[in-house]
Amino acid sequence: MLHIKCPHCGMRSQNEFSYGGDATVKRPELGKEISDHDWDNFVYNRKSLRGKHLELWQHLSGCRQWIKVERDTATHEIFRTSKANEDNS
Amino acid sequence: MDQNFRLSDGGLINRDKKLSFKFNSKTYYGFEGDTLASALIANGVHLIGRSFKYHRPRGFFGAGVDEPYAIVQLYRNGETEPNIKATEQELFEGLEATSVNCWPSVNFDIGAINNFLKIFLPAGFYYKTFMWPKSFWYKVYEPFIRKAAGLGVASIKHDKERYEHKYEYCDLLIAGSGPSGLASAYAAAKNGARVILAEDKARFGGTLLTSEVNIGNKSGKEWAEGIIAELKEMPNVTVRNRSQVFGYYDHNMLVMSERISDHLSKTKKFHPKQRLWYIRAKEVLISSGSIERPIVFGNNDTPGVMLSSAAKEYLKVYGVLVGRNPLIFTNNDSGYETAIEFKKNGVDPTILDTRKDPQSEIINEAKNLGINIKFSYVVVAAQGYKKVKSADIAKISDDKEQLGSVENIKCDCICVSGFWTPTIHLASQSGNKTKFNEEIDAFVPGISKQNETTLGAANGSYTLEGTLKNSFETAYELSKKITNNTNKISLPNVVEKKSTTHDKFWCVPLPKGKNYKRFLDFQNDVAVSDIEIALKEGYRSIEHVKRYTTLGMATDQGKTSNLNGLQLVSNIENKVVPNVGHTTFRPPYTPVSIGAIVGREIGKHSKPTRKSPMHKWHEQNNAIFVDAGVWLRPRYYKQGNENLFEASKREAKNVRTNVGVCDVTTLGKIDIKGPDAAELLNRVYTNAWLKLPVGKARYGVMLREDGIVMDDGTTTRISENHYHMTTTTAQAANVLSHLEYYLQLVWPDLNVNVVSTTEQWAGAAVAGPKSRDLLKKLFPKSDVSNEGLPFMGFIEGDLFGVKARIFRISFSGELAYEVNVESDNGNFMWEKIIEIGQEFKIQPYGTEALSTLRIEMGHVAGSELDGRTIPYDNSLEGLLSKKKDFIGKRSLTRKAFIAEDRQKIVGVVPLDKKTSIPEGSHLVKDSNAPLPNPKLGYISASCWSVEHDNPFSLAILKNGKNMIGEKLFVMSPLKNKVIPVEIVSSHYVDPKGERVRS
Ligand SMILES: [Zn+2]
Repeated sequence: MLHIKCPHCGMRSQNEFSYGGDATVKRPELGKEISDHDWDNFVYNRKSLRGKHLELWQHLSGCRQWIKVERDTATHEIFRTSKANEDNS
Repeated sequence: MDQNFRLSDGGLINRDKKLSFKFNSKTYYGFEGDTLASALIANGVHLIGRSFKYHRPRGFFGAGVDEPYAIVQLYRNGETEPNIKATEQELFEGLEATSVNCWPSVNFDIGAINNFLKIFLPAGFYYKTFMWPKSFWYKVYEPFIRKAAGLGVASIKHDKERYEHKYEYCDLLIAGSGPSGLASAYAAAKNGARVILAEDKARFGGTLLTSEVNIGNKSGKEWAEGIIAELKEMPNVTVRNRSQVFGYYDHNMLVMSERISDHLSKTKKFHPKQRLWYIRAKEVLISSGSIERPIVFGNNDTPGVMLSSAAKEYLKVYGVLVGRNPLIFTNNDSGYETAIEFKKNGVDPTILDTRKDPQSEIINEAKNLGINIKFSYVVVAAQGYKKVKSADIAKISDDKEQLGSVENIKCDCICVSGFWTPTIHLASQSGNKTKFNEEIDAFVPGISKQNETTLGAANGSYTLEGTLKNSFETAYELSKKITNNTNKISLPNVVEKKSTTHDKFWCVPLPKGKNYKRFLDFQNDVAVSDIEIALKEGYRSIEHVKRYTTLGMATDQGKTSNLNGLQLVSNIENKVVPNVGHTTFRPPYTPVSIGAIVGREIGKHSKPTRKSPMHKWHEQNNAIFVDAGVWLRPRYYKQGNENLFEASKREAKNVRTNVGVCDVTTLGKIDIKGPDAAELLNRVYTNAWLKLPVGKARYGVMLREDGIVMDDGTTTRISENHYHMTTTTAQAANVLSHLEYYLQLVWPDLNVNVVSTTEQWAGAAVAGPKSRDLLKKLFPKSDVSNEGLPFMGFIEGDLFGVKARIFRISFSGELAYEVNVESDNGNFMWEKIIEIGQEFKIQPYGTEALSTLRIEMGHVAGSELDGRTIPYDNSLEGLLSKKKDFIGKRSLTRKAFIAEDRQKIVGVVPLDKKTSIPEGSHLVKDSNAPLPNPKLGYISASCWSVEHDNPFSLAILKNGKNMIGEKLFVMSPLKNKVIPVEIVSSHYVDPKGERVRS
């Protein structure tokens, strides 16, 4: 079970969180023309990286905030976590 | 006969408390502090079971977790448990156990015929033989394997015992209370660290209980007792015996199983049987010791052949002799310690030492005691079937290849010592890349992956002084790092006997003309010859050899067999052991009961059951409940001898003719506030929301980004910046998370707050043509006329002093209202509705009638919004705004979603107007078409239409738009039904929707 540092609550066990996928995906702006290709990339296509991965988790059984977690998908090492509105790119 | 092999004194058992127990229906006696194994050995019982494959007789091999043989079926307090190790099970009054894997009895076992056919059961036998013919699999092979396999019988009864989970945090977790565990716990605790010390056995101290050492002028045992007593008094220390740390997981989380009641006849009131600890430790010290390795020789599985350290433990801890004429077979000094213990207790052992001329303090002591020692000697084979009667022994050449002439000597047990294998399982589980230590011929931990340090024998260190010194220092440094304290304990004076190097010899060659089975894996019956066959057949990777031969795959996970297996593979392959590599260690280190893993989350406790505030009323009025997600909802209210069908029909009909009331508390409710609330709704729902006036409700559909319908419900504008959203019962949590996702991550600029209010409101749907008349009496001060409260209108009202929200919304297709009050007033509201509704013939209705009403109206629900359908499929395309963008809109232009023959919801009526249509059935054109019959659609929901008095179903049908009036067939192979049907509109009742507006 991972030990994740919620930037709002502190170190908490994984079972308080739910996983939310790749945090680098940006939703296209509303009302803007977008090609099928770009839309498919947004909805479906994920890299499924081995290694460092910036991802979203929601502290569901805690503060309910969505947070960003940089984690190694192979070793589970967590390098850092940040609030939703902090820019990690 | 009673306890013939028990010494007259000695051991750590309580001789004042005699316990009776039964093994295979025969009564025996032992003492408090015995294990089942030590008590049986005290009574001279060495035949415990039969082996897995050949059904050869099985006795005892070890004295603890490494035991491969002595697995029993245990009976305790009316319950039974399989796969219990007799070496671990503590004796209690009335204990009952039986052998496993033998029929009809352990003494006469029919399966033992396998032993004489063993030439036909080589490695991979099952893979090779049971492949063909295919038809034999179910009828012949599988039943045969099932009967032959398995080590015990699981109970099919509900387990009445309680199991608990506990979460704990500490600075240092120390696994194992031998010399290194005690020393490090003591040093860290004295330096102020929060310590958890776990010991698998009932007694703390590990090898200190059985070795002749002196620490600070105390015996090892006394020193251990002193340390434990002191640790137990310290507030920063948790000490647990009968607790096995079995798994090392990510981020330094370890799991430990504590056997709280297994050693008692009966679990004490309010106590759990076992407790599973989830421990998050800053640092982990692995002091799990090491396990003695066997030497491989002919018939080395005969009862009476056991580890030399186990024989010593039975002597010193339990005061029990494993034999009166012992043969000690060793390649190192450890065997001598066992021999000396025998000698001290008046038994004359013989030592066979594979070494030519070793010199050490302990060997001298054995010589001085007059023990008969034969150097350069080996056991070629054990003789005897159900118990060792003698041993064939021979001199062995210096190169260990040639045997001298074989002689036979009498003995009643053979105690084997092939040196020690560190228990590196936890370190390996943590991700530590282990390394091979040539000096001890075994793997030891390498570079730590997580915050773990391995100490003492588990790290390949076999001197007490070195172990204590290293443990004191390591624990001090680690605790200092955490506590910043500098309280250092000085190392006590240690006296121990010096030993000399061991012999790398591990497997006795076969004498000419003999073909003895030499076993490597004692639980899975894997012999040297099996590994040889596997390699001959081309298996190279140790992982493949393991799976093909099942070496190390039994419940003991090869604790005594892995290294010898590796030795053999490396010998044949002419490689060195580190190049062969060992197989992966995975948790659990020892078997863990399913009960402990599940804990309290069992049956109804796996999730909390939620009940509405009106639950009691439903119970008192004969409601039959149904699980709706985590909620319990009335399915119907039984009157007289009614069944589900009759009751739901009556309830639904009453809604269509008079008025009914339904508990809708379970609907998800989300309170939405903020200046941008309307904008949020406009983006989340597919229809337009910016112009919804205060006091009005609107039906909305929300999509996922892939265009699939996520949920539907009504949202009401309570005031300028305040909305009340409802969701389906099932999706309530997901919708809240969905809104939070967009507000926090995608559109953080929107000034909106959302919060779940599902449990804050109790809800009652009042539906039927007489519902307005009832509302008038419930809210005499409010104007509930069609003008005052039109369809999709909202007002607040006063329900006899209780504030209520009244929504004019309908799920049944009738004139209907939903009344919400604060949860505490839910029952008051309900009783008032029932009381005043009497004059309008009100009846409560459950989820079954609710479904009937919505199905015949063609309202979609969870069975249509199943995560596979888009708005068009549900005839909700009218709600898709063309003017604005919304979540998922872009996906709706996907080719499949706009196909001309896209699936769509339709109604289905059987031609005979009688036959009920099973949900999940398929719709086909030709019921006689060859299989697989092309499927045109599926039945999503079925009911008995109370309006038309015949069966009616909803279906999602390909090209549904153009299928109205078509005749098709419903096929349900599961229910063996073929029903001719007609496709009709999904709106089977009041297609224009006039009633809801009346
Ligand atoms: Zn949090």
